[in-house]
Amino acid sequence: VTDYFAELTSTRPKASLPRKARIVGLKDESPQVRTLVLDLSLEAEPGQFVMAWLPGVDEKPFSLVHAVPVVLTIARVGPFTAAVHTLGIGDRLWIRGPLGQGFTLPGSPIPDPRPSILLVGGGYGVAPLHFLAERALAAGWAVSMVIGARTAIDVVFAERFAVLGARVVVITEDGSLGQRGVATDAARRLLGEADYQGLYACGPEPMLAAVEELARDHSLPAQLSYERYMRCGFGVCGSCVQAGWLVCRDGPVRHVKRET
Amino acid sequence: MKAGTSPSLAVELCGVQLPTPLVLASGILGTEAELMARVARSGAGAVTAKSCSLESRAGHPNPTVLAWEHGLINAVGLANPGVEAEVEELVRTKELLRPLGAALVASVFADTVENFARVAARVAGAGPDLIEVNISCPNVHDEFGTPFAADAAAAAEVTAAVKDAVAGQAPVLVKLSPNVADIAAIARAVERAGADGITAINTLAGMVIDVHARRPILANRTGGLSGPAIRPLAVRCVYDLYRAVSIPIVGTGGVSSGRDAVEMIMAGATAVGVGSAVYDEGPETFRRIRDEMAALMDDLGYGRVQEMRGVAHQ
Repeated sequence: VTDYFAELTSTRPKASLPRKARIVGLKDESPQVRTLVLDLSLEAEPGQFVMAWLPGVDEKPFSLVHAVPVVLTIARVGPFTAAVHTLGIGDRLWIRGPLGQGFTLPGSPIPDPRPSILLVGGGYGVAPLHFLAERALAAGWAVSMVIGARTAIDVVFAERFAVLGARVVVITEDGSLGQRGVATDAARRLLGEADYQGLYACGPEPMLAAVEELARDHSLPAQLSYERYMRCGFGVCGSCVQAGWLVCRDGPVRHVKRET
Repeated sequence: MKAGTSPSLAVELCGVQLPTPLVLASGILGTEAELMARVARSGAGAVTAKSCSLESRAGHPNPTVLAWEHGLINAVGLANPGVEAEVEELVRTKELLRPLGAALVASVFADTVENFARVAARVAGAGPDLIEVNISCPNVHDEFGTPFAADAAAAAEVTAAVKDAVAGQAPVLVKLSPNVADIAAIARAVERAGADGITAINTLAGMVIDVHARRPILANRTGGLSGPAIRPLAVRCVYDLYRAVSIPIVGTGGVSSGRDAVEMIMAGATAVGVGSAVYDEGPETFRRIRDEMAALMDDLGYGRVQEMRGVAHQ
């Protein structure tokens, strides 16, 4: 256990006081999910997050969907996100970050044949994987993207991943779009068809647990992005801890090594 | 000191042996047993659990903790799961700390003298090595009125009630506020009331306003300042307290290097609280501070921490 924590990457957070930003673009991804484009750019890695503050309302963590400029995709799940959904073009919100440790790519790819990584997103969890897919494709990786959702209307970003050049597989629990089943069903099939160098996932925790098991079965490293209630966002208050691991600072991306 | 032997960092605080004088300050990373054990493994001689009250508290809404140019400001509002859940966590923490040789400090707060006694008695049953009485949180004035730490008689009354309730099961530290006119007078009062030691200082009341939002950033508006900005103030308080009382002092406030820890001990501290410095390198910040401290002691020719204690008073 000692070694596990000692090996974690930890750098001084780039946390600052909240910086003001204006909404310059809006897009509804589904009835519950809206994307905001801000007039702010950050130097950030895929998988990192920011704290978004609405004065007088609350401050909550959101993974970056894009950093230059900052893009956030926010599902309406409570009072704060409902307030965010009432904002229009030109309205302000405040951003603190980037925070946490993001995804890393497994070294440099060999040019021929192009090695692949497999990304698995559940629900609105697909959004931060878009940032990773963009970086991975630019670095020369082939990317397969599984988008899992309850039903057709909850499938977001499918076209956007395809436009980037990723192979996209959609799977819904009721079969209303794409294959029928859960995200890990589709991921398991893909792992049976081709070689992948790594698994990346963002979504509900039961899905993350299933992806971790899948990685173990296929002796692959996995990187899993977690979501937690947070206060400081930089590893001081201890609000988001799980078994000694600070989701905000050691994560939100957890690196699971290849089992040998 | 003989050549080739490295300095010993071990200290004794109120009769409790600590492998290093570094104490994780309350309110920082004290939320979970595994996390406190991680801090102890990286070099803390003692860890302070998050302050708990009889009933659970949700704390203030966000923003609650911010990093500004010279430190942190927070108004978490004493969020805690309540004493029953906290006792379970303390028992788990104690088990994890035992093989590491690190001590556990339980921290308690309440709204009345009677409730201080009740929560302290309950916590004492969990077997912490020390109990810290938080009479000085600056972030809950609206609910609790003026903190007990601002009035010598009130501070003494809480101290006596807690000492009585704990009944010798663990030494009692009283955490003092710098937001008072004469901290030494409060310290003398709690010493007379039976305190075994003093933790000084708690955070300083402060505020940060966003000029574009035209309002304070913290949802609670005011918060407690900590970190490098308050260190010279904390050092001065510890220096004054060392002259005012004869019980041990846990010198806390802005310590983020081995040099800072040595400075605090030279001012008169027996042990040194570390909190906001965790911001720099995470829980593993303790390892650096510990190693820097040992190297500096070696440079200065000290073999044991107690040789340095209070030397600044000469």
